[in-house]
Amino acid sequence: MAYTGVTPSARSRGMVRESRHLLFTVAPGATWIVIFLVLPSAYLMGVAFMTNGPYGLPEMPLSLESFRRLAGFGFLGWSPGNLYTLLRSLWQTLVSTGLVVVVAYPIAYYISTCRARWRPIMLLLVVVPSWTNQVIRTFGWMNLLAPGTPLSNLAESLGFIAPNMGLYPSNFAVTLGLVYNFLPFMVLPLYAAFEKLDTAQVEAAQDLFASPVRAFWHAVFPQTLPGLLAGIVLVAIPAFGMYVIPELLGGGKGMMLGNLVANQFAGGANWPLGAAGAILMLIATFVGLFAMRRIGKRLGGGEEVVI
Amino acid sequence: MSDTIATEATESPGARPAGETTQAEATREASSIEMKGLHKRFGRDTVALDGVDLTIEPGEFFTLLGPSGCGKTTLLRILAGLEEADDGRLAIGGRDITEVPPHKRSVNTVFQSYALFPHLSVRENLAFGLKMRGMSPARREARVAKIAEFIQLGDLVDRRIDQLSGGQRQRIALARALVNEPDVLLLDEPLSALDAGLRSQLQVELLRVQKRLGMTFVFVTHDQQEAMVMSDRIAVLNGGVIQQVGPPRQVYEHPVNAFVARFMGHDNLYPITARDGDRLTTSLGELTAEEAGQGELLLIRPETLDLLPGEVAGENHLPAVVSERLYRGSHAEYRLEIGASTLQATLNNRGRHLPEVGDRVTVSVAPEDLVTLSE
Repeated sequence: MAYTGVTPSARSRGMVRESRHLLFTVAPGATWIVIFLVLPSAYLMGVAFMTNGPYGLPEMPLSLESFRRLAGFGFLGWSPGNLYTLLRSLWQTLVSTGLVVVVAYPIAYYISTCRARWRPIMLLLVVVPSWTNQVIRTFGWMNLLAPGTPLSNLAESLGFIAPNMGLYPSNFAVTLGLVYNFLPFMVLPLYAAFEKLDTAQVEAAQDLFASPVRAFWHAVFPQTLPGLLAGIVLVAIPAFGMYVIPELLGGGKGMMLGNLVANQFAGGANWPLGAAGAILMLIATFVGLFAMRRIGKRLGGGEEVVI
Repeated sequence: MSDTIATEATESPGARPAGETTQAEATREASSIEMKGLHKRFGRDTVALDGVDLTIEPGEFFTLLGPSGCGKTTLLRILAGLEEADDGRLAIGGRDITEVPPHKRSVNTVFQSYALFPHLSVRENLAFGLKMRGMSPARREARVAKIAEFIQLGDLVDRRIDQLSGGQRQRIALARALVNEPDVLLLDEPLSALDAGLRSQLQVELLRVQKRLGMTFVFVTHDQQEAMVMSDRIAVLNGGVIQQVGPPRQVYEHPVNAFVARFMGHDNLYPITARDGDRLTTSLGELTAEEAGQGELLLIRPETLDLLPGEVAGENHLPAVVSERLYRGSHAEYRLEIGASTLQATLNNRGRHLPEVGDRVTVSVAPEDLVTLSE
């Protein structure tokens, strides 16, 4: 042993040092995640399976009561209210994410074609609105869309809305608010994808008998797909759980899942029901992410699209 | 032309956009290119092409040579249809294609950056043009296999582009264009990104491919050595104007003006101060030329000079002092002082005496090697 120069005890000291090193680097992050993610989630999970007490607080015994209520079964039999809220959330997420893609795609492309020194300024212009508080911006939209405002009058004279109704409050106002709010989250990843693109590839596609439309579809679009999927995740997940925008712009009929959950906790109404709603959102989000991964893999030609 | 890429002589007529020459024709007969009065301007001040008239013969390896900004790439892009000429006409194989968009031209390009599609495999890159033309997957597959074998990269077809070396990418880019069997192949400085060794290897390969296929190649480069090695004919461009068109020897040995001479690597240019028949007076002294032409500049090519030791009297003998010698093994490059003028000479190393720096020598040049040209 003496000949090897490294004694077993020295080697094990090295391993100890390494595992200590690991402990010091991983511990802060792990502690953070355990305290602020694992424990609260476990608590939420527990609450969802408890019984609602007199002041809306959870009580024993364990039951599936909250999930039954969430599914619409109440004292007066089944009502579709919660189902509508869920469907409305999904619909709003789908429509607003789709609209964000439609609006952001040309913006991102346009910025990528600008001169190099203008690009940071253009990107800044996209991002700057989000430096203002979301609540204040949403109040701004209330003022723009309320009955009697020029926009509402225009929509009224074109016959889109009934007289004196205004564009706000409505589901339309919520969609608009969501699109406006999440636009930068789509523009930035798309821009990153466009910027990496070699414009010579578009010319190469045309040189290889692709019409401009097919050149876009076969040479450009697939290469922006990672950016697009990243943008969709960044927009769709927060949009699905959005609270402020439907609360302010939606009125009574524009409620989304986020509002349902918030109301159960805030008003002291029903913690277990709120927890069950939160879990439902979590599950829906995971299903959505999983689906995106599958789509990304298929469209990316088996290439891993990191989300 | 028995040596075509595809074995099938006939193609289904439905697979091609209307109005194009058939594939069989394209491989059997190479196409000519005619350019008449091509003008192109960028913005208000930049003139890229200022009236280009040029005819490229079928099956020719034709090179557009010039410094950056001379218009050579613009001309190539106009041939590809990626740029539209402001004025002038363009015909390939006798058919006017001035207004035909790029995707409807039977012309393919090897791009300087290769422009391979990173989201597609090598196989999908090679099949791209055939797919866009609507060829069935089975026939595409056969053609791709054939071309991959032709360029000896058959084992790479399932790789991704980012798994290829520079030389492999270059060859895939070439194959992606060739697989379509175009009337004309355009090459935009295709070797400029490669290191010297690989570059000369691929020059030879490219030349062999062209000779085997008999296809019309239009090659763009700023490297006069490369142009001379590869080309049947060279067009030297400057400021959007063609300066000279001719075979490499003619362009190198008989440049028509000082620009072409300097671009081909000649430095020994001397204004003729007096002329008496074949007797030309320059700052070097008096020299006799044979059929030198009426230009006002005398060109002396370094490799036509001989250096004799000491002072030797005789016709076209000039006394000189060696001020610099670069020994290159196969030859030596000299810088000589003749009065206030300097002269470059190249001497082959054939076991003879190679003068040293400081030696007094006599420069000798044959009258038939002297050429005059205009500024």
